[in-house]
Formats: sequence, structure tokens, C-alpha cells
Amino acid sequence: MKELTFGQYYPQQSFVHKLNPSVKILLVIAYVVAVFLVKQFHFLGFAACFLVLIIATICARIPFFRILKSIKAVIFFIVLSAVIQIFFNKNGTPLWENGFITDQGLLSAAYIFCRIVLVVMGASLLTFTTSPVEIADGIEMLMYPLKWIKVPVHEFALIMSLALRLIPDLLDETDRIIKAQKSRGAEFESGNLFKRIKALVPVLVPLLIGSFRRAGSLADAMDARCYAGSKKRTRYKRLTVSYRDLLAFILIAGLVAGVVLLNGFYVLL
Amino acid sequence: MQIIAQNLTYIYSEKTKSLAVKALDNISVTINEGEFFGIIGKTGSGKSTFVQHLNGLIKIAKNKGSLTVGEYNLSAKKCDYKALRSKVGMVFQYPEHQLFAETVFDDVAFGIKSFMPSLSKEETEKRVKNAIELVGLDYEKLKDKSPFDLSGGQKRRVAIAGVIVTQPEILVLDEPAAGLDPKGKREFIALLKSLHGNFIKTIIIVSHDMNLVADNCTRTAVFGDGKLLEVGTPKEIFSSKEKVKSLGLELPVTAFLTQELDKKGIKIDSDLTTQGFIDAFAKYYFAKKGLTPRNDALKGGNDL
Repeated sequence: MKELTFGQYYPQQSFVHKLNPSVKILLVIAYVVAVFLVKQFHFLGFAACFLVLIIATICARIPFFRILKSIKAVIFFIVLSAVIQIFFNKNGTPLWENGFITDQGLLSAAYIFCRIVLVVMGASLLTFTTSPVEIADGIEMLMYPLKWIKVPVHEFALIMSLALRLIPDLLDETDRIIKAQKSRGAEFESGNLFKRIKALVPVLVPLLIGSFRRAGSLADAMDARCYAGSKKRTRYKRLTVSYRDLLAFILIAGLVAGVVLLNGFYVLL
Repeated sequence: MQIIAQNLTYIYSEKTKSLAVKALDNISVTINEGEFFGIIGKTGSGKSTFVQHLNGLIKIAKNKGSLTVGEYNLSAKKCDYKALRSKVGMVFQYPEHQLFAETVFDDVAFGIKSFMPSLSKEETEKRVKNAIELVGLDYEKLKDKSPFDLSGGQKRRVAIAGVIVTQPEILVLDEPAAGLDPKGKREFIALLKSLHGNFIKTIIIVSHDMNLVADNCTRTAVFGDGKLLEVGTPKEIFSSKEKVKSLGLELPVTAFLTQELDKKGIKIDSDLTTQGFIDAFAKYYFAKKGLTPRNDALKGGNDL
């Protein structure tokens, strides 16, 4: 299980990795908006989005095939929606006489395919370049305005980062317990569904007990250091906005503007 | 069962270059049947990764060396891991964290139920009773208790009973004495020794405790940065202070005393076990005083 890195964070020293996480989250949202703004069948807009994605990937110094691989998780969803478009879209002219596949159907399948692929790749670029802890920090910063309506933002963020912090520990512990029970003859990869679920009991029980033990000692440790929530706490890593964020902002703003302009041009054409 | 590793190499996260760690680097070692084999080395030196290969918990990648345990070839395409695991028992650090069943009996019997499901109820009971008594616990008193109601030391013993219940020929222990108090540790080592004379033929122990290693092990391997730095008897390994330091280890007390006495011109030649050291020292003392030791003077009192 050590092979499994949590999330898909890909450690690297790069322009994109060093961006402020909350800015990065906002920019990814803007990118997704741009992808969705592309009007039907205006594939030039998608080309622009793809170009920006490529630039970002190169700047992030991540091999492009890794980003491509992230589509694997949603491949079923993508194929399903494309197939539905091909077979059930009745607009446009049939490709051959009495056929039920129309040109519009094919086009909209391609359109939806591009949309989902671009969105998934953009989102995974965020998780590739931002560690879970950074994402939690970024979200905390983005939620900060909610404090004025008395939402306990800091506590939420604490819960989030503690949960994230404990995941690698839990994975390690799970790995150890699985190995210990395997040594005692437990099998997790064979038998029917019911048998497999039953086989998990010797793993889940110690894991549950272990996580209570862990949570208890963590709470004690925080108590012992007089941890008391959000009142005037300083940060270890202060999030700052730098020239990099400005550059990235310009790139994405350019993309959104470009997509809107392209949409306009298509109307003129 | 003899263990033969040849050019064994293991790399964590090989696919992601920036995360890849070479945990084992070209390990070649033979461990004979009947040995009490120690494995020492700094944290992160590859000790745990190595022992986890021994019962197939970590599988050997292609072209990354070979490993055979008895008749089992772990580098072959097909290997009966289940049969292997019933022969090679594995005790992890803090084994009490793996307890899960409602009663001590059920937890100890888990190994039998998964390895030998055809065993009769009576035979199962007999074996569980035997295992629980071997680890020094009262079977009748504990069998129906919840394992979570026991004390820390008892929990650890129950967990070990759960490993030895299938009567493995090889027992692998990964820092088993961690977190035990001195008395618990002493009892634990005595337990291991008594098991070693029993159905368990070979014991392989990963430890940071040099005294434990010097006192019990027939041979010891020293790991560092995934490499096998040295293999030999404790006497060979702990022969010089400089060498031990360069390996990143500490001297066991007996070796330390031997070297300090050597500085004062007292030469004592022993196998570095506590008893061996005492015997050798007594011999030196009696020879110097020109006395003949009583017959029993060189025996007994070996319980540290």
C-alpha cells in the first residue's frame, strides 16, 4: 500500500506547484467555467482550453501521460454519455438512409467528450500540483469571509486538515494490519462477495480501535499544548500572493476572454 | 527450512521517480535451519522490508533477485503463499494491535481456521490451548475473555499465540520487544528461547537491542541504506569499536566491557553472551589467583 500515494500529489519544484493554493483553486474553477462557456460545436474554444492545459502541465513539470491517466477513473462515465448522445440524439440528418445515427449526434458526443475530458484533466492538474494539506489551507482562506456570518471557519479547517493528516497514518496502519492478518492466513482476494466482506473484519476492528487510540492521544497532545481554536493564531506557512499568481491569473483570464470572444465570432460567422 | 536470498532488490514507488526509494539493494544471504538469526541496523535501513519478503508479504519484482524458503521459490511466477505463510510465522511490531476477535480463543484460533479449516474441533481446541500455554498464559482463565480486556503484556502474548498456533517452522519477529518494561522483556526473551527448542526451528529477529542480539543470536546481519553491510556471529560483528560505530550501531554491554578491560590489559575471550562473558571472566580471575574453581562455579546464575 506504500505504492499508493494519497490523492495523486506529484511532488515537484515548479511554477504551478508554488502558486498560492487558494488562487489555484479559483483559477481551476475559472478554467472549468471557461470550458463550459464554449458554445455547442465550437471546437476552437476547446482547442484554446487544451492549449492552456498543456502550457500549465509543462509549467508544472509533470509528464503529460500522468494527466491523461487521470481520465481512467471516469472513463466509464465519459463513454456512457458519448454513447447516449450518439444513439439517442434525433436532431440533424441521419448519416445514412433510415439510420438512427445523425451528424448532430456524433458532434454532440464529441462535444461532451471534450468537455468532460478537459474538466477532469484540469481538476487533476490541481490535485497533482497541490498537496491535500495545501488544498485544505486554500479552502480555509477562501472560506474566510464566512467568518463574518459566524461560521466557525477555523474549526472546519482544523477538522479537515486533521482528517487529511491522519489518512497516511491510517493507510500505514491498514497496511500493517493487512500484512499481519495475511501472515495468519487471511485472504482478501478470493472467495465470493460475502466471504470477502467477512474477511475484512479482522482488519476493520483493529483499525477502528487504533484510530480511537490515535484520536485520543492527539486530542491529549493538543490539550497539553493549550490549543484553543482560532483566537489570534499565527500560521506556520503563511499563504502569500506573488507575481506567479498574477501571471497565472492573466493566462486564465485570457482564456475566459478568448472563449467568450470566440463564441461571439461564431455568431458573426 | 533454509532461507536463501540472492541479489534481492526492492524499490518502493518505482513508477514515480521522484518518490522512488531503494529499500533493498542486492541482498544475498543464507539463513540455515536452527539459527537464531538477528537483523540489526538503523531505522530505514531495509530490515523490515527484508523480513516481509520471507513470507511473501512483499513480492519480488521481475529481475530483482531470487529468494527461496525451504521448498518454496518466492521469485517464481507461481508460489503457494498460503502454505508458505503457515510455515513462516510473522510477528510485527506491537502485535497486540492486530487483535480483533470477541474472545481470546477465537483470536488465537484464527490462524488454524484459515490455514487448516478441515481440522476437527477437538484438535483445534488442543492446539489453541497448547499455544496459549506456550506463551505462558492460563488457558482456562483467559479463553472466553475479550482480548481487549487484557493487560498490555497479556495482549502481546495472546497475539504471539495467534501466530505460533499453526506451529510454523520459522518465526520472524520485527522488533517484538518494543515498549516492554525490563521484566517483560526478560520474560519475552525467555519465551522466545523456549519456543526455539520447540517446533520452531529457526528464529529471525529484527532488533535495536544489541544486548538481546549478542546474548541470543547465532549470527547477525547488519543492514544500512538497503545494503547488507555484514553477516557474522555477534563476536565478529562487535569485534571493534570503530567498525561498530561506522555501521551506525552501539556496542552490547559485554563487548563494551571486554574492550574496556582490554585497555587495562585484561584479555578476555568470550562469545559475548552474558553467560559466556561471566564464565570467561571467572576463568581469568581464578587463573590469576591460582585457584581452582569449584565445579559449579562456572555454571548457573545466567538469568541476567
